[in-house]
Amino acid sequence: MQPSEPKAIEVTDLTVAYQDKPVLWDIDLDVPPGVLLSIVGPNGAGKTTLIKAILGLVRPAAGNVLIYDKPYDAQRRIVGYVPQRGSVDWDFPTNVLDVVMMGRYGALGWVRRPGKKERELAMHALEKVSMEGYTTRQISQLSGGQQQRVFLARALVQDATVYLMDEPFQGVDATTERAIVTLLQELRANGKTVVVVHHDLQTVTDYFDWVMLLNIRRIASGPVDETFTPDNLRETYGGRIAFMK
Amino acid sequence: MENLSILTHLDYTLMTVAIGAALLGTVSGALGTYAVLRRQSLLGDAISHAALPGIAIAFLLTGSKTPLILVLGAAIAGWLGTLLILSIVRLTRIKYDSALAIVLSTFFGFGLVLHTLIQRTGNANQAGLDTFLFGQAATILERDVLTIGILGGVALIIMLIFWKELKLLVFDEGFAASIGLPTRTLDILLTSLLVIAIVLGLQAVGAVLMSAMLVAPAVAARQWTNRLRLMVFLAACFGALAGVIGTIISSTASRIPTGPTIVLCATVIVGISITFAPNRGLVWDWLRQQRNRRNLKIETSRN
Repeated sequence: MQPSEPKAIEVTDLTVAYQDKPVLWDIDLDVPPGVLLSIVGPNGAGKTTLIKAILGLVRPAAGNVLIYDKPYDAQRRIVGYVPQRGSVDWDFPTNVLDVVMMGRYGALGWVRRPGKKERELAMHALEKVSMEGYTTRQISQLSGGQQQRVFLARALVQDATVYLMDEPFQGVDATTERAIVTLLQELRANGKTVVVVHHDLQTVTDYFDWVMLLNIRRIASGPVDETFTPDNLRETYGGRIAFMK
Repeated sequence: MENLSILTHLDYTLMTVAIGAALLGTVSGALGTYAVLRRQSLLGDAISHAALPGIAIAFLLTGSKTPLILVLGAAIAGWLGTLLILSIVRLTRIKYDSALAIVLSTFFGFGLVLHTLIQRTGNANQAGLDTFLFGQAATILERDVLTIGILGGVALIIMLIFWKELKLLVFDEGFAASIGLPTRTLDILLTSLLVIAIVLGLQAVGAVLMSAMLVAPAVAARQWTNRLRLMVFLAACFGALAGVIGTIISSTASRIPTGPTIVLCATVIVGISITFAPNRGLVWDWLRQQRNRRNLKIETSRN
């Protein structure tokens, strides 16, 4: 056996079921460090569930997840998470800076309050997503794109090595989409591994270098130019897709 | 001279009642904020109704009306009710609202049966147990105030200690879990604090309307601020205000149950807040609409 390459994420035989119904079936996925991977598949394919299973938020019926060869519990500090924007109530009484500082709660530990250092880190992250002018803005008064940027900034202050993002492009305008893509590529350039649940098939080749095609089972995964083929797409979407090529 | 002593006695009773009600309103207002933000307003209702049989059982077992014992019985029953609701939702296909309704009415019915039985026994000591239905602030004694103050104070201190953890739990549970917060334990902690707030209010406000003491101050407070810290503080103040005014009205006029009076006071605060609060209030909305319409008219007339 040759010594294997280190893997940022290694999923083996992962099965997740909700009330006997499999949502993910026997998934294997190896993500090498420093790639920008998109998870693509139809609605109900289990994309969000896969992210949540990697984060230990849903309990798998079987299988195993490793982040840099260790279970997630041991690696929390190097993993950043961007949940779906729609998963929280944006009318919650808080402002932009406060939400971004939540990204430091893990590092702060119990009871300790965020202070000056956390504030500076949060400001820095807000600058990166061009939201530094909105620190005291109530979060319900943000547009969808701005809310998404705030969530990204919160993940940035986690200062992680591996990022998992659930549909960061959902419902954002073109400017924000470009800004997010730039940010993702910057993360990759700094050696981070980024996994993104993605909906728009047309942009996969432009934005990402790796792709995973998912429909309950893993159809294929690997570099985009080898994996993102019409045959694989047809298998993923069950022929219900009109090809634009 | 005799008149004067009656007067001071009245003042003393009233003072005790008012302090008790203020403490109560503070605790339930502050903790109710979390229930409202988590959209669990009805959970408070279920807990308070479910607590009723606990009071009866505690009395039957001990024969005592010591507040701490009755509160303990209420808390255990309220807790079991909550646990049952959560288990029903997790283990069956029954939805949350149905589970809530089932547990609430079953426990409450059981509680009423027990209270009737206790009354039939003719135990002289039982007088006053029925105040737990609609509340009777006039029955608040010094020892009750002490119980409310200590237990409520502990609940508030716990809330402050775990401030940032609870905030994250309420705002974004998934993210909280991803950074390693034990969300289920925190959920249980928050629910327990809610149970404490509720059972402390049962004597004064009663099981039927106690949930209003959790919900109304928080709803009113949300109108005035966009900051959680201020919202909790305002809700505590509104709760105390409604509690004091309500109990004073009900204990000066004879035979008015306190629960409904407090709830009416809280409703007034909610009404004022919904109507007049800047930004979120109805008047503000209306003014904004008028201004927009006027601006639109000016623009169209220019073109």
